[in-house]
Amino acid sequence: MPYVFQFGVITDHLPELLYGATLTIELSAASMACGLGVALVGATAQTLGPKPLRWAIRAYIELIRNTPFLVQLFILYFSLPALGIRMRAQDAAILAMSINVGAYATEILRGGIESIPHGQIDAARALALTRFQIFRKIVLPPAIRAVYPALSSQFILLMLASSVVSTISATELTAITNTLQSTTFRAFEFYFVATGMYLVMAIGFRFVLRGLQRLIFGRQPA
Amino acid sequence: MTRHFGWPEFLFILSALRWTIALSLIAFFGGGILGVIVAALRTAPSRIAQWSMIAFIELFQGTPVLMQLFVAYYGLSVLLDVNIDPWPAVTIALTLHAAAFLGEIWRGSIEAIPIGQWEAAKTLGLGRIATLRLIILPQALRISMPATVGFLVQLIKSTAIASIIGFVEVTRAGQLMSNVTFQPLTIYPIVAGLYFILCWPLSLLSQHMERRMDIHIGGPQYL
Repeated sequence: MPYVFQFGVITDHLPELLYGATLTIELSAASMACGLGVALVGATAQTLGPKPLRWAIRAYIELIRNTPFLVQLFILYFSLPALGIRMRAQDAAILAMSINVGAYATEILRGGIESIPHGQIDAARALALTRFQIFRKIVLPPAIRAVYPALSSQFILLMLASSVVSTISATELTAITNTLQSTTFRAFEFYFVATGMYLVMAIGFRFVLRGLQRLIFGRQPA
Repeated sequence: MTRHFGWPEFLFILSALRWTIALSLIAFFGGGILGVIVAALRTAPSRIAQWSMIAFIELFQGTPVLMQLFVAYYGLSVLLDVNIDPWPAVTIALTLHAAAFLGEIWRGSIEAIPIGQWEAAKTLGLGRIATLRLIILPQALRISMPATVGFLVQLIKSTAIASIIGFVEVTRAGQLMSNVTFQPLTIYPIVAGLYFILCWPLSLLSQHMERRMDIHIGGPQYL
């Protein structure tokens, strides 16, 4: 018997799907904020810190960037309890996402810092600014401005990657879709609609992040 | 009785690595072939070709790989009215995923080639396809190498999600062994280590090529 598409069942469960979407947005926004904090500290330490600290940050970046997010999530949620460190699935998800995006954002920000012409630092030094002052006032602002588009794209990728946290039973759009499709036997319809919701969220995030860019840096291009 | 994690368990995980590698290579080369077509159509004069490729790229770059996989897995079994194996579903989903990303990377490189070269080729009597094949693509592919290798790293990591629909590659093999030995503390770091061994040399290669070409701030660094 051929399969008959029934999208009507979606409308009955629309509130649940929308709730899932808000959870995804919450998870992503919280992790973005934490990841940005990690990046600021990480990039500062990598520029001004002592050698061992710089190596440690380098190792962190390379380890995270060269292993799948799913495995990082499993280590946090399934391996750490063996050491007595237990957390709720939702907390593990936010932590894993923050650690992950933090590594990428640190690397992006470091690239921006390195792109600042050395003449600016020489000029600041001639004005007797301290090393930290130079970093905070001369180097960091144009660096952040230059890497803002790359950071925004990274944050959107984080939002999309968050669908994977459903595997550790954290609740968000994918997890709720999984539950709905298994109780209604309408797998294709639910995944199709959930995919569309992710697309809308990705476009929405891009829109908001671009608006934020205008708000922070003004209209002229970076 | 629980099993202890030893050599046989390690070898089981290690041997599953070939499926991770096979999946990555199939998706990379399959996606590469489709990606060239995507890039060619995306830069074609026809509006319809341009817009359909923009839609295709937007769809695959704006949705999670996991969702693409679910839609392929459940969609195929619904459309063909059979129970489909995870293997073809994963291959199709990741190949299309790779086609969208590689197509977009290569579009950027094609557009980086000065327009004068197109005009010069035209005066020599070369058609659009011939110009693309003989003049533009050889140069564009060279410019795109760092990003292309960078995407391969991303693709290898993306194959981990195949484990979610039960395809036994490294991550799934690790999960299975973790379930019988109850030693996740040993197993998942080993799994992560295997990915690292695959990905790190490629990341270094990508960075090396980028430095040699003196390209600074790149685009986003895919998760």
